[in-house]
Amino acid sequence: MSTQRIVFVGVGGQGNLLASNLLGQAALAAGQHVVVSEIHGMAQRGGVVESAVILGDATSPIVSNGEADVLVSFEPVEALRLLNKVNKHSLVITNTRPLPPFTVAIGAASYPAPEESVAFLKKKLDKVIAFDGQALAEEAKNPLSLNMVMLGALFGAVDLPIDVKTMKKIIRTQTKKRFAAANVLAFDLGYKAAA
Amino acid sequence: MDVLLTPSGGKEHLLLGNEAIVRGALEAGMAFATCYPGTPSSEVPDTLYRLRKQFPNKVKYYFEYSTNEKVALECAAGAAASGVRTLCTMKHVGVNVAADPLMTLAYVGVNAGMVILTADDPSLFSSQNEQDNRYYARLSGLPMLEPCGPAEAKEMTSYCFELSEELGSPVMIRTTTRVNHAREAVPFVKLGKVKQTSKFVKNPMRYVTVPAVSRNLHLRLLNLYNQAQAISEKSPYNQIVGKGKLGVITSGVAANYVLDAVGDLGAKSKIKVLKLGFTYPLPEKKIARFLGSVDKVLIVEELEPILEEAVKAIAQEKGISVEIVGKVPGKVPAKSVDIEAPNFFSRAFEYNPRLVREVIAKTFGLEFNEPAEISLAGMPTPPGRPPNLCPGCPHRATYFVVKEVAGDEAIYPTDIGCYTLGVLPPIKAADFLICMGSSVSSSGGISRATGQKVVSFIGDSTFFHSGITGLVNAVHNNHNFTLVVLDNGTTAMTGHQPHPGVNTEAIGDITTHIPLEPLIKGLGVKHVVTIKPFKVRAAKKAIEEAIAFEGVSVVISQELCPLFARRVAPTTKRVFQVVEDKCKGHLDCIKKVACPAMFVENGQARINPLQCIGCALCAQICPENAILPVKAKG
Repeated sequence: MSTQRIVFVGVGGQGNLLASNLLGQAALAAGQHVVVSEIHGMAQRGGVVESAVILGDATSPIVSNGEADVLVSFEPVEALRLLNKVNKHSLVITNTRPLPPFTVAIGAASYPAPEESVAFLKKKLDKVIAFDGQALAEEAKNPLSLNMVMLGALFGAVDLPIDVKTMKKIIRTQTKKRFAAANVLAFDLGYKAAA
Repeated sequence: MDVLLTPSGGKEHLLLGNEAIVRGALEAGMAFATCYPGTPSSEVPDTLYRLRKQFPNKVKYYFEYSTNEKVALECAAGAAASGVRTLCTMKHVGVNVAADPLMTLAYVGVNAGMVILTADDPSLFSSQNEQDNRYYARLSGLPMLEPCGPAEAKEMTSYCFELSEELGSPVMIRTTTRVNHAREAVPFVKLGKVKQTSKFVKNPMRYVTVPAVSRNLHLRLLNLYNQAQAISEKSPYNQIVGKGKLGVITSGVAANYVLDAVGDLGAKSKIKVLKLGFTYPLPEKKIARFLGSVDKVLIVEELEPILEEAVKAIAQEKGISVEIVGKVPGKVPAKSVDIEAPNFFSRAFEYNPRLVREVIAKTFGLEFNEPAEISLAGMPTPPGRPPNLCPGCPHRATYFVVKEVAGDEAIYPTDIGCYTLGVLPPIKAADFLICMGSSVSSSGGISRATGQKVVSFIGDSTFFHSGITGLVNAVHNNHNFTLVVLDNGTTAMTGHQPHPGVNTEAIGDITTHIPLEPLIKGLGVKHVVTIKPFKVRAAKKAIEEAIAFEGVSVVISQELCPLFARRVAPTTKRVFQVVEDKCKGHLDCIKKVACPAMFVENGQARINPLQCIGCALCAQICPENAILPVKAKG
């Protein structure tokens, strides 16, 4: 089969690494070859967090510039920041709820309006899916489940070699028990938003 | 039960590279492990620590966080010389700290398997340099293996214990960030039996390295090279993949990029790859045969041209005239990798699949497709999102108070930890940093050489790691500066590992707590004071006095890391809010400390109640007293 390169980007605390890890586990459970990579370290102090899931024959753990098939962004300006990862034919899925960094708070930088960011994405790419994923996480009664919303959106929008049942089973068994139901609901809401 | 403790083999599990190393050690029956944490190695010791704590009856190894890498290696050396299988882990720069014992431990050898992990960090994701620790194998004479991913990391870790026993020598395993922090399916074999204790058998003619002994031990080490070299020749980790008259020699994570590239370029029948995993000693004969079988060879290795030079030397020695290319000699990337990834092989930064594919294609004259990249012209500029000290971080308060007292003129040597983020505006209290512990020792140099006011910062874990000797030196040599120990009660940066100054009772460990103040007084520092950084006025007075003191003074700024406190001593404080009628928009609170819980709205400061943890620093900064606790409901 061909290779699918999926890059996740978000901000420290948004659960990006959990999303890519769960997707990797679902891929393994579905009998697919998978490599996941993460950048730890300084990222946990509110910085940008990036991870990649590579499905298919490739063994390289990272995705070069221009070579991501899908970019899943948990925050609108982070989609812009990682835009060098994608090409014209890539799909970008982004949450539109802003999470301005402190450089904006102290007036050292300005924050582009989310509509402006999404408009730029749409101008440059064939396929863009943008929606308020945070609102769906809140609807699922777990504001921290944005990562599950975005994972759901990925499944809704992309034909992956992993069936939804397997993914949900992994979410149910591998996330904290008291959040499991909300997480699956968040996944479903994200799926519908992108399907 | 944790999957890593599964007794049986057979199944595959998705593991992080560092977890795979742990499983490999457990399958080999490791009995003893020491470390100093550091990215990208930390999940190895952290997993060993967690497993031992969660499953005390299942886990049969001893584990410790040692105070630094030199101590870790010496402790491990003692265990391995005594005859138990031992693992010692550190990040690449940690090996510099451990280099002294490493060089002579290589002479002495071990009596049971001993594996030393060096986790290198090409592209400096979280390090102060990107040194290539493959040189340490060559410097010390110890064998080295380099896995290309988690599955191989597990297998090699296990194998390194065997190899170590076969040679009677420690063996190094060298990873890079992309191996440590990748996940892939890792096949398990069954857990090994653990020999937990042994007996130290006296043998001074081997273990006591006086010159007369070491002269012989050096000969032993040189003979060991020959023995290890013969094993490397036959090692299945040094394998040829594919066929063709074009050759690539590669190792480590770059091997993945090469193999993917050969497939992507449709060149499996044209390009033959020599994938090296047992990289010191190199399989010289195998390499020579490979060189003789191809028309041109490209060397693909991150960082230093170590393989390239070795392969060229082998070709020269064997009289093989094949063209060998690799790094572009003397060419340096114009920009840092975070701005633009280089498009040629240089000695800087990690490689990536596309770079490797394009260089292979260009080198061998093959066609390749470039992705349809998009132009980013006209893109709204994303605001910078540098990592920042957390809301309620005590370092922010300490920095604020010190800057109030010593201003921008004082020189601020700093050290390695979360507090290094004090380099960023608006705090800007970091002027010199080269390695763990350099804050203390460099302060003496700067103040002696210039007479300028020097205030330096070091974290509690870093102080135990390598600040103590520097402080002894400063006291002994009558230096003149103020050292601020940022005592947040944990090793915050790398994930809250314990260290000697940690309140061991609070975390349920049976190790012994060494309080800082009596230790520092015991070192002979005449002016030592402990402050609470969130009590701004009192802290300021104490810091003024410490800075005014002639000689070495130490301020211990004591307050738990809030992330750590949330786990070990949770308290709920009332969050703060800005009273709109009172706020006149000076924005001192934001301009001076930049707490991520604060933002500006209509020219006034505001506090995000979801992020505020009630540290009250901003309330003490506000000249209008406009920041007050939110009243309790009801």
